[in-house]
Amino acid sequence: MNLNATLFGQFITFGIFVYVMVKFVWPPIMTAMRDRQQKIADGLAAAEKGVHDLEQAQQKATEINTSAREQAADIIGQANKRGTGIVEEAKTQARSEHDRIVDAAQAEIEQERGRVREALRAEIATIAVAGAGKILEREIDAKAHDELLEKLAAQL
Amino acid sequence: MIRINVAESGPTSYIKHHLTNLQVGEGFWTFHLDTMIVSFALGLLFLVPFVIAARRVTAGVPGPLQNFVEWMVQFADNTVAESFHGKRDFIAPLALTIFVWILLMNFMDLIPVDLVAGVASWFGYDPYFKIVPTTDVNATFGMSLPVLALILIYSIRFKGVGGFTKEMLTHPFGPWLFPANLILNIVELLAKPVSLALRLFGNLYAAELIFLLIALLPWYMQWMLGGPWALFHIIVVPLQAFIFMMLTIVYLSMAHDTH
Repeated sequence: MNLNATLFGQFITFGIFVYVMVKFVWPPIMTAMRDRQQKIADGLAAAEKGVHDLEQAQQKATEINTSAREQAADIIGQANKRGTGIVEEAKTQARSEHDRIVDAAQAEIEQERGRVREALRAEIATIAVAGAGKILEREIDAKAHDELLEKLAAQL
Repeated sequence: MIRINVAESGPTSYIKHHLTNLQVGEGFWTFHLDTMIVSFALGLLFLVPFVIAARRVTAGVPGPLQNFVEWMVQFADNTVAESFHGKRDFIAPLALTIFVWILLMNFMDLIPVDLVAGVASWFGYDPYFKIVPTTDVNATFGMSLPVLALILIYSIRFKGVGGFTKEMLTHPFGPWLFPANLILNIVELLAKPVSLALRLFGNLYAAELIFLLIALLPWYMQWMLGGPWALFHIIVVPLQAFIFMMLTIVYLSMAHDTH
């Protein structure tokens, strides 16, 4: 065994290596590993929270969907009712209008008929006087027979 | 090339040549340049990537280098956590430094024994050069003696001077046999670095010696023994590194915990 001054060289070398390792290598790497551990833990927690949130959101979406469908059904029902109402109303209105027009027409016809009858009555009186004149071959005094003619005309 | 060397000088001097360090100085003040250079270079080989990875470290998605470094760091941290109960921000990097450094130094054993001398001889040099630092006791004691110092520091720091003295004097036979206790404890304490250093040195020295003996066989016989021995050695290399690291952790945790 030849232990000699080489030993001191080895002490120094060993000391430097351990010093560098303890001082410059260990702390940053351990810190990084711990940070990563924390990051991964946070990430997993976030993922779990995300899944939970998604579940909640889905549930909420389903709820909204259901209520929307209900609302839509409601609206459609109301609209149908309203539509029927409008049609009904329109029908009623149309019917009354129709009645009114028909009534007006009727009245007009009645009026016309009265007018025509009056005209005819006057005409007939004239024709009757002319006819009678022809039969008697002489002029009938219209004034003398006015009362008679009036009676005749009223009978027509 | 080397065969010529062996033929010229004979097996004894061939082995002797390969097991002599490149050195400067006289007596105690001798420096084994090969041990110092190779161990320092191998230290830089792992330390530089580690420092680069630590500089560029990110808590986000790690790159391949950071992945590898984190894997090593995690390995050391877990190994220390299993047997050491206390703050690990010194012990864990110490353990990893020991493991990786010894591992790399031991792996030099798998470099063909004649490669360095062979290449040097092409250029006309014939240097002594032991490429495996752990076959030099200076390298192994260079780690185990600082470990002894750390054992003492930890003992005094966590048990106090009084607690440590008391343990040295009263453990294991009680206060009345304190001389026996003291002797036993000192032997036990000194045995730790000696066994650490010599176990590693012995394993690697013997392995290198066997590689040299295999290299003395005729070239057509070498693969038959060299192959299996190299394969076996691949197991020994990390095992010895792991044992050194593990025992360091255990010794320090013994120093840290009160009996």
